[in-house]
Amino acid sequence: MSSVPINHPGRAIEWNLPSKRRVGMSALITGESAIFTIFVVAYVFYMGKSLTGPTPQQVLEVPILGTICLLSSSLTIMQAEKAIERDRMTSFTLWLAATISLAAVFLTSTALEWKKLIYQDGLTISTNLFGTTFYSLVGLHATHVVVGLFLLTTTFVFSLFGWVDSRQSERFGVIALYWHFVDAVWIVVFTVVYLIGR
Amino acid sequence: MQMVPTQRLICFGSATACLLRTTTLLAQNSIPTTLAPASTPAHQIFDLSIFVVAITGGIFLVVGGLLAVVLFRFRARKTDPAGEPAQIYGSTQIELAWTVIPVLIVVVLFLTTARIIFAIQDAPKPKTALDVTVIGHQFWWEFRYPKYGVITANELHIPVSSAGAQEAAFLKLTSADVNHSFWVPRLAGKTDLIANHVNSMWMDPQTPGLYLGQCAQFCGSQHALMLLRVYVDTPGQFAAWIKNQQQPALQDPAVAAGRRDFEAQACMNCHTISGTSATGRFGPDLTHLMSRTTLASGAMNNTPTNLRQWIKSPDTFKNGALMPAMQLSDKQLDEVTAYLETLK
Amino acid sequence: MSDYTLPVSTTIEPSASASELGTFLERLHGWVVTVDHKRLGILYILYSTFFLLIAGAEALLIRLQLAYPHNHVLSAQVFNRFFTMHGTTMVFLVGMPFLFGFANYIVPLQIGARDMAFPRLNAFSFWLTAFGGLLLYYSFLGGAGLYGVGNAPDVGWFAYAPLTARSFSPGHATDYWALALIVSGFGTLGTAINIIATVISMRCKGMTLMRMPLFTWLLLIVSMLTLVTITPLTAAQFMLLIDRYLGGHFFDTQAGGSSLIWIHFFWIFGHPEVYVLVMPAFAIANEIIPVFCRKAIFGYPAMVAASVAIMFVSLSVWAHHMFTVGMTSVSNAFFTLSTMLVGVPTGIKIFNWIATLWGGRIRFTTPMLFCIGFLFQFLIAGLTGIMLSVSPWDWQLHNSYFVIAHFHYVLVGAIVFCIFAGLYYWYPKATGHLMNERLGKWHFWLFVIGFHITFDTMHFLGLLGMPRSIYTYQPDRGWNFLNLVVSVGGLIQGIAVLIFAYNLIVSYWRGEVAGDDPWDAWTLEWATSSPPPVYNFEELPEVHSRRPLWDAKHPDDPDWEYES
Repeated sequence: MSSVPINHPGRAIEWNLPSKRRVGMSALITGESAIFTIFVVAYVFYMGKSLTGPTPQQVLEVPILGTICLLSSSLTIMQAEKAIERDRMTSFTLWLAATISLAAVFLTSTALEWKKLIYQDGLTISTNLFGTTFYSLVGLHATHVVVGLFLLTTTFVFSLFGWVDSRQSERFGVIALYWHFVDAVWIVVFTVVYLIGR
Repeated sequence: MQMVPTQRLICFGSATACLLRTTTLLAQNSIPTTLAPASTPAHQIFDLSIFVVAITGGIFLVVGGLLAVVLFRFRARKTDPAGEPAQIYGSTQIELAWTVIPVLIVVVLFLTTARIIFAIQDAPKPKTALDVTVIGHQFWWEFRYPKYGVITANELHIPVSSAGAQEAAFLKLTSADVNHSFWVPRLAGKTDLIANHVNSMWMDPQTPGLYLGQCAQFCGSQHALMLLRVYVDTPGQFAAWIKNQQQPALQDPAVAAGRRDFEAQACMNCHTISGTSATGRFGPDLTHLMSRTTLASGAMNNTPTNLRQWIKSPDTFKNGALMPAMQLSDKQLDEVTAYLETLK
Repeated sequence: MSDYTLPVSTTIEPSASASELGTFLERLHGWVVTVDHKRLGILYILYSTFFLLIAGAEALLIRLQLAYPHNHVLSAQVFNRFFTMHGTTMVFLVGMPFLFGFANYIVPLQIGARDMAFPRLNAFSFWLTAFGGLLLYYSFLGGAGLYGVGNAPDVGWFAYAPLTARSFSPGHATDYWALALIVSGFGTLGTAINIIATVISMRCKGMTLMRMPLFTWLLLIVSMLTLVTITPLTAAQFMLLIDRYLGGHFFDTQAGGSSLIWIHFFWIFGHPEVYVLVMPAFAIANEIIPVFCRKAIFGYPAMVAASVAIMFVSLSVWAHHMFTVGMTSVSNAFFTLSTMLVGVPTGIKIFNWIATLWGGRIRFTTPMLFCIGFLFQFLIAGLTGIMLSVSPWDWQLHNSYFVIAHFHYVLVGAIVFCIFAGLYYWYPKATGHLMNERLGKWHFWLFVIGFHITFDTMHFLGLLGMPRSIYTYQPDRGWNFLNLVVSVGGLIQGIAVLIFAYNLIVSYWRGEVAGDDPWDAWTLEWATSSPPPVYNFEELPEVHSRRPLWDAKHPDDPDWEYES
């Protein structure tokens, strides 16, 4: 192979680029935010435009417990992140278990809420505009929680087998980033559906 | 050398023939062109468009001409010296200049446009204005004149506006099913008809006559044959037309059999003929069917043969129209056609 | 002063004999399971070329039907399916895959990387896109459900609700439309993420953001725009499927739903999508014009800034597709202004291209000819775009053939022209053989003539009041002759594309051997062999300016001394 020597005035270049995983996840989050924005806009646009009941005022209750659990799971996953960076694996596994339990409580509270809405209040996705937009938006978020829960549980199982250590901390950081996003979206959904829309 | 028109025609061949044909069509008013406005909104749009074409045309000549000159002048030649041409990486002053000039042009264009937007869209409605409600259906138009209690279809009648008697028609537009768009280019720009949503537009045509248009928003299989005719009447004609439309349907005992057929069949579920038991709203009102020149929203001329064939098999003219073939016997077809032919 | 080396050319690999390549089945298997960005790039290009021919054939049938009034080549129903499929195919199965094909092949080479950031995601995204396309076309067989065979979506590529509701579109054709686009939309999202991560995290030493080739810059911008563009469509299509399958009411006007919200969502996707498609065309022109006029691009920072500006402005102009739906006069004025403002950064680009040409030595090769065609046509498309942004005039022109002419000027006159330019330009890199210049010139001249016969004429049809999406028209409207002209032009373009397809295939075996750097170009993809080895570069390069190969070829006059 031939090569040409180049005289360059520069010094030896410091060359550090951002982690491709973090960049990739940030890009995914940007795209996902756009999807959520569209569903939130649809919810807001159709607020109070249902031709028949039930209305949010009649049937919605603020899911305080679920919200507290989901939001605090952001704190526990931060602890897990710190633990894995310092290679404290027992602590990591415990914090991860705490995160998973909190998320499970959130999903259960959503499931119970939906059961009440469907069987007691007779609100389904095809009842009226409120039903359509409510189940779509909250369901879209719940789907993301389920995906996150799947990722966390897989990591948890791996860590029980001792397959996870600080070398995976960057990858776990990406999962944590996604989880923070899921939590942040809930703040928006909660505000729109349960505070403004009720 | 002087050439008589026929020789000229031969000289220029079919292109001229087409041009001549275009001229005749123009004379007949049958071209729905945006270039021959006949009402204030269309006029204002046309004048604005001339201004915009002047500016954009100027830009095209300058930039396109510059590009052509550059391509010619800087083409590679055999006589070019060896090596590469001088490398120029940019110039802040020049780049600033060609950022500022477009901004100025945008400001001028925007201000001119904004004036026309408000002039047309927010024009005050005169007290004497004629109100018409337009309802789009797959694939026909329903016109209601609430003040006169008249309901008709596909052919809109409005009075002419003159310096002495300013008239304007204000349309409220909505849809019974999917989206449509009301477009009669010589009278005004188009406005969409959307269910659950009422739009409005206005026109004040200055010359009596027929103005053609059609649905401009894809609305299903027969969108292409959702044609539109606007008759601009003199005040006398318009008053006479309204008076006729207000009459209940003619009851001619000679065609009583056809009327019975009409009322006995499913026809009455979709069509209204005032003074009979037919009060359907799904299809056009037929009370004064014979006052219209076309059938099936302009798909064909309103002749007895066409009407009979249309009732027999709507698909012949408009495949995909929602009117079903009613499976009438030949005798029933003759009777119903004869009956409808009396609905002047 | 320190010494650096830059690989200028790698040794050409000894060509593998047939036995080393394996049987046909093994080679096919190799292509199916590949995660190599270059092979995936080629797969994208082949895939979109295939659909270009199909959608082109649909367009020709459409034009055959419209050549005469009251023609009976296609029935109303078949015509509606064809124009829906033509539009959907050209945007989602031709435009997008072409752009991702170029991005896949070129971007890692230009930034001196060995592959994309996530090679397996890359393969996954391609196959999602590919199966999305197959799903869409399967609707020709399965779309009618129980009613018979031979159906396809017939709601327009914009699919305005409530025409897409179950009551107006029974059967499954519309479901195929939504599902196919959701599937290929996820593929698109994956590739966009991949390109962003690649450009941000995989650049070779010394390639700062402001030293990236403009092609790479624009693809980065396009990918970022794609993230927030394709996703609203995906969301809206989920809503449509919820309506159709779960009895939801998003677009159900009987239950208080609104058609307007679909139109908004569609164009929030649809307008930035135009820029997603056209900016790769700019990207290609940015590479080709400097090389064939032998000058550095004029005003590189301004070009980057203008592209970023277009990205942001393009997110605020969608409602200029909606001037006729009855917005308030203030909204109409706002969207008029925002749309006109797009003209400013676009104007900067055109001026900078002209300034690049100024003082150069222009070589009229086939890729350059297509770029010159692009410059003229894009200028006209931009000016008719200004006309359409004038909302009162748009009340006349909207949904008329003027609009059809305008957006085909962008989609064909700018994008397809640049795609052809790019194919002629990078074909030698991918195959090692140049495409035939003589056939290339025939292709160019026939295509440019056919293009103008067709689309220039369409503007006048629009001014004469001919609406789009109509399968037939009345003979007394004065549109007959012009429609015939439009159809003839379409036929000429069809012939040109066939010449191109022939050239594409034949040059693979008979084309002149290209060598590493047939155009005497300046970006890193020309520093490796043609075709490049799987690992791209034997030694990862290090760059010190925007044109590393210029520096290598002119060590006495390197770029880094001048670049700001």
